[in-house]
Amino acid sequence: MTTSRRLAVALIAATALALSGCGGDGEDTPPATDGGDDGGETAEFPEGSTMARLAEAGTITVGTKFDQPLFGLVGPDGVPEGFDVEIAKLIAGELGIDEDDIEWVETPSQNRETAIENGDVDIVVATYTINDERKQRVGFAGPYYLAGQSILTLASNTDIQGPDDLSGKRVCTVSGSTPEGNLLANFPDVDVVPFGTYSECLEPLRNGQVDAVSTDNVILAGFAAESDDLEVRGDPFTEEPYGIGVAKDDVEFRMWINDVLEEIFADGRWTAAWEATAGTVLPTPEPPSVDRYED
Amino acid sequence: MGVIFDNASTYVDGFVVTLRLTAYAGALALVLGVIVAGLRVAPLRSLRLFAAAWVEVLRNTPLTLVFFFMVLVAPQFGILLPLGFWTAVLCLGLYTSAFVAEAVRSGINGVGVGQAEAARSIGLTFGQTLREVVLPQAVRSTIPPLINVLIALTKNTSVAAGFATVELIGVGRRLSTANAGDPWVLVGVAAFYLVITIPAGLLASALERRVAFAR
Repeated sequence: MTTSRRLAVALIAATALALSGCGGDGEDTPPATDGGDDGGETAEFPEGSTMARLAEAGTITVGTKFDQPLFGLVGPDGVPEGFDVEIAKLIAGELGIDEDDIEWVETPSQNRETAIENGDVDIVVATYTINDERKQRVGFAGPYYLAGQSILTLASNTDIQGPDDLSGKRVCTVSGSTPEGNLLANFPDVDVVPFGTYSECLEPLRNGQVDAVSTDNVILAGFAAESDDLEVRGDPFTEEPYGIGVAKDDVEFRMWINDVLEEIFADGRWTAAWEATAGTVLPTPEPPSVDRYED
Repeated sequence: MGVIFDNASTYVDGFVVTLRLTAYAGALALVLGVIVAGLRVAPLRSLRLFAAAWVEVLRNTPLTLVFFFMVLVAPQFGILLPLGFWTAVLCLGLYTSAFVAEAVRSGINGVGVGQAEAARSIGLTFGQTLREVVLPQAVRSTIPPLINVLIALTKNTSVAAGFATVELIGVGRRLSTANAGDPWVLVGVAAFYLVITIPAGLLASALERRVAFAR
């Protein structure tokens, strides 16, 4: 049963990837580049705006993760794949930039603010949680996705379908992490089993020494994507809004990206991008609403 | 600083686990270590080799690796230990036993060869020689280095924090997260370790003086 479902998922993913691949060549151009009005694109943007500059240059530098399965992961061919990557392609497409003209730069978590401040990248789409501390240094469009703490268990486990089923169960997490704190504070009946890293939780999970692993669903989805015997269950029970990082004072660009996001939320391109990538492992959520905060 | 007093009972919970880890692992290490030290001076070559391998492998392996092996590798060979406290005791006990064995062996070597020869010449077996003649004399010079081994063990229990045991470090990490990384949290953790290690150190020096006097 599982095998056939998996096959179906793989097929959908492959089709979607193939489609988006063709799109770049401008053949039928479904999601990204809006074919016809390529010429008029430049004129749409106000003089001197970042959008006009990028559209004029015909290229954009995007910071993303290179090692985050389903969001930004570089394959053997050197091209990153994942949900973040698809979102960046959609934004670039709205600027009239072909996906082959996007320059991808790896931005690990600790380098993201610096990369934006130095102008090394135009935008950062890299599982980037919006918070007030970071807003001191960079601007955030979005959120375009609400990540959050979730549960990973064995595919064969039928007891645990969501956070409410954790009572009395042994749940593995990382010692001293925020997810551990959440479990201790909000699920007093859970037997918390702390390890040093999340990957160390997997062996005890497979051996039945723990019943589940809990942390951000994005991390869990990465594990589930790599092994058929693991599944992410239930909706996230905390909220980590992922935003698109831009230069702090470039409010015009930030608001324009918000417009683009609202457009792709509404016309289904967002959902299609999700289902082709992270949606192969995680449930498909409703699009979030963007936060047009004032400085 | 207030964070330490506000969470005193949480600290004490972790401290008790650290103390129990030290006590059980120390007891296991002492028993194993004395046996292994005995084997190292045994008349049978194979026993000596076994004991030497035991000491060298455990003493030259990082403790974290011992834990990794017991917790994450052993299950793949069908050895499924219960997660948490008792596995930590086993790992710490095995690891420390190598150091105990070395301390005891140096004590045994410190007893004049003539003692063992005399014991054998009056017909005592190897076991009797060790038990009745050599070890009682070796214990004297062995106790101060053994206390140092136990102090090291106390600090080594912190490795268990990464392997499903919530002791002082585990509690410290939780408190640190809950208190936005307040640096005083770790000061409190250090203070509780000192509660064990400083008295042990003082005891070691006091015993050292007594041993020196008795000689």
